[in-house]
Amino acid sequence: MHAMHLLAAAAGGGQVVPARAQMATTLGFHIILACFGIAFPTIVLVTEFRGLSRSDEVAMLLARRWSQVMGVLVAVGAVTGTVLSFEMGLLWPGLMRAYGAVLGVPFGFEGIFFFLEAIFTGIYLYGWQRLPGWTHFWTGIPIALTGLGGAVAVMAANSWMNSPGGFTLSHGRVVAVDPWHVFFNRATVYETPHMILAAYMVVGFVIASVYAAGILRGNRDRYHRLGFGIPFTIGAILTPIQIFVGDTAARAIASQQPVKFAAIEYVTQTGRDVPEYLGGFYVNGKVYFGLRIPYADSLLVGFKPSTKVTGLDSVSAANRPPALTLIHLSFDAMVGLAFLLLLAGLWALLVWRRSRGLPRQSWFWWLGILCGPAALVAMECGWIVTEVGRQPWVVYQLMTTTQAATTNGGVIDSLTAVIVLYAVLGVVTLILLRMLARRWRQSPQTEPEAVVPYGPPAEHREPTGREPA
Amino acid sequence: MIVDVVGGILLAGLTLYAALGGADFGGGLWDLLAGGYQRGRAARQLIDDTITPVWEANHVWLIFILVIFWTVFPSAFAAVMTAAALPLWLAAFGIVLRGAGFAFRKEVEALHWQRLFGATFALSSLIVPFFMGTVIGAIASGRVPANAAHTDPAVWTGPTSLLIGALFVAVCAYLAAVFLTREASRRSDERLRRYFTLRAAVAGAVSGALSLATLLEIHGSNPALFHGLTHRALALVIVSAACGLAVLVSLVTGRSQALRPLSVLGVAAVVWGWGVAQYPALLPGTGLTLTSGAAPHSVLVTVVVVFVVAALLVGPSFLLLFSLHGRQLLEEEKPAEEGGT
Repeated sequence: MHAMHLLAAAAGGGQVVPARAQMATTLGFHIILACFGIAFPTIVLVTEFRGLSRSDEVAMLLARRWSQVMGVLVAVGAVTGTVLSFEMGLLWPGLMRAYGAVLGVPFGFEGIFFFLEAIFTGIYLYGWQRLPGWTHFWTGIPIALTGLGGAVAVMAANSWMNSPGGFTLSHGRVVAVDPWHVFFNRATVYETPHMILAAYMVVGFVIASVYAAGILRGNRDRYHRLGFGIPFTIGAILTPIQIFVGDTAARAIASQQPVKFAAIEYVTQTGRDVPEYLGGFYVNGKVYFGLRIPYADSLLVGFKPSTKVTGLDSVSAANRPPALTLIHLSFDAMVGLAFLLLLAGLWALLVWRRSRGLPRQSWFWWLGILCGPAALVAMECGWIVTEVGRQPWVVYQLMTTTQAATTNGGVIDSLTAVIVLYAVLGVVTLILLRMLARRWRQSPQTEPEAVVPYGPPAEHREPTGREPA
Repeated sequence: MIVDVVGGILLAGLTLYAALGGADFGGGLWDLLAGGYQRGRAARQLIDDTITPVWEANHVWLIFILVIFWTVFPSAFAAVMTAAALPLWLAAFGIVLRGAGFAFRKEVEALHWQRLFGATFALSSLIVPFFMGTVIGAIASGRVPANAAHTDPAVWTGPTSLLIGALFVAVCAYLAAVFLTREASRRSDERLRRYFTLRAAVAGAVSGALSLATLLEIHGSNPALFHGLTHRALALVIVSAACGLAVLVSLVTGRSQALRPLSVLGVAAVVWGWGVAQYPALLPGTGLTLTSGAAPHSVLVTVVVVFVVAALLVGPSFLLLFSLHGRQLLEEEKPAEEGGT
């Protein structure tokens, strides 16, 4: 608490630092669940499709169990997403007062997708018992589609903040809005696919790493191989596409948000023959301990060494993002981890081509376990790059984050509450999923059980029953 | 005027959230009061069954309201969010605890964990409507300044706010008990039907008493709103009172068919009564009206389009969800209780 007060004091007593910390905490937490909301239904449906079309009992069991996990994650995601809606106003009233009408356009469409997603999730999750097989499968299709639609809409809002347009200002007030232009702004073209691919990679690799751990423990049965194989294949196929999209995005940022790009690549001065730094710390305009590759940055931006790259010196110090080291290292971590994931996919592909099976080396399975956290960290790093890299702006070159922040005191208190609440929420969610896994391990062939609140039938319950956690 | 249309859309969202989300919150109250785990088992099971597949979809109405509010009336949204920050934070945290508690309770086996998550779900189901009610009370009683820079407890702790907070809790409990009575009756569970009939009647009486108390309080503190309620919105006030009485009569006589529509109509009449009485003020006491506080025209058109698309897509989907749920096709294993349609 005390340290946070100092933090706030250091920022000039304003609420912007704790407000940013709170937004980062809640968004960083929710985005994981959002990934599961976007991509998990598709992975479950692919598995159910396999189960139905090939009468594959193992695939059906996996789909059913994953659907139960989805139920928990969707519930947590629904409520943490609501917190973000509140925070738009509670933390950033300045932003909403000035640009709420503009930001509302993509969020309005998101609302439709969110409705449909929630409705069909209710049908799909609880329809396993009574709906006929293919009917049940088809009730899941709208969830997968609306998950994509919702992602498109939310990313349109975020990319609008990076590339604002589609409105007319008069005396600082928005007087006209072109909804089409707001929704399909310049940045959404690359931000949206980048995030959707990230969501599929995160879910694919995270689910796969759970089964990689099982296989490493010696459970190399079909259940585990399929549980690893389906999500891992989806993640691995998308990884090279993601690397291509990310590379395109970086080039677009170099031209559209040059200061963000300069922060990402430690470009201190505008010029040609700009080197690329791998790693390294940025202190007072100098890069320490970074691996310097001459001309590489110019080459990456314009495919020739003479390409001019805009540097941090193009704007005054006050208009540069803070924490350059954080931005740069986050970017490097994201790219590095993407190549690690690519390596894992190539390894599996090579083995598959040779032997039509999964790798036998335990090294591969250790890498498989690592893939889930790697994808997660890469995704979070990407968000750090784009959000911290946009600072000091909340709406690029139009409104600073300080102008947007609440003038209410007490953000430190809500921040503290959020940290405690989300820590408990995260830990309990993980404990619960582990409990589910343990229950499934003990009864590997049974269907997920219906749990009655406050006590299943007597023969089922022993007061000294298994202790969770 | 298109601004009246979008105001109506906002009220429609509020109505649906109050009716559908409200019943889910009220289920939490009855879960809390159901007693020990042996005694309360059957009631909790029915509550769980009725909430499980639908609460997330019902909850989306809140997101819808927030988004439409900030899109259509951005400055009023910012003012409310600043002036009434504390109750809104508490409501937001309550929403997290309630949803998570409910979802977690289903997945744990040990009784003490079920109790912990159940209590979290049930208690937060009380907190959320109460604090939301205080915020509505703050707006209705004209305590939200147009250019609020700071939160102030005086904004949302006035008598109107506290009464409306209590009223929200009571109405949620009332709606839930009515819905649960109907459900128990559909399942031919006579014991639970009587159990929830009694509770619906009590909650209905308390809601009625709180409505009257609020009206009396407004008479003294907020003559403009009182005048609106007793003149322009009088028909709606009468409709809501008549629906409340009709529900009580149906409960006593054991006719359950019309229970749900009547109770929802009663609550809708209250929401619209407030809107009509306050019209055209957006934040009473500030001079901010629907017209002066509205977003640019093209945004309002977009919101109407979104609403029409939503009505065309979301409406039938909701009907599908509710009808599958009503036909007990969305429940976890209980083959002995095959219900009719």
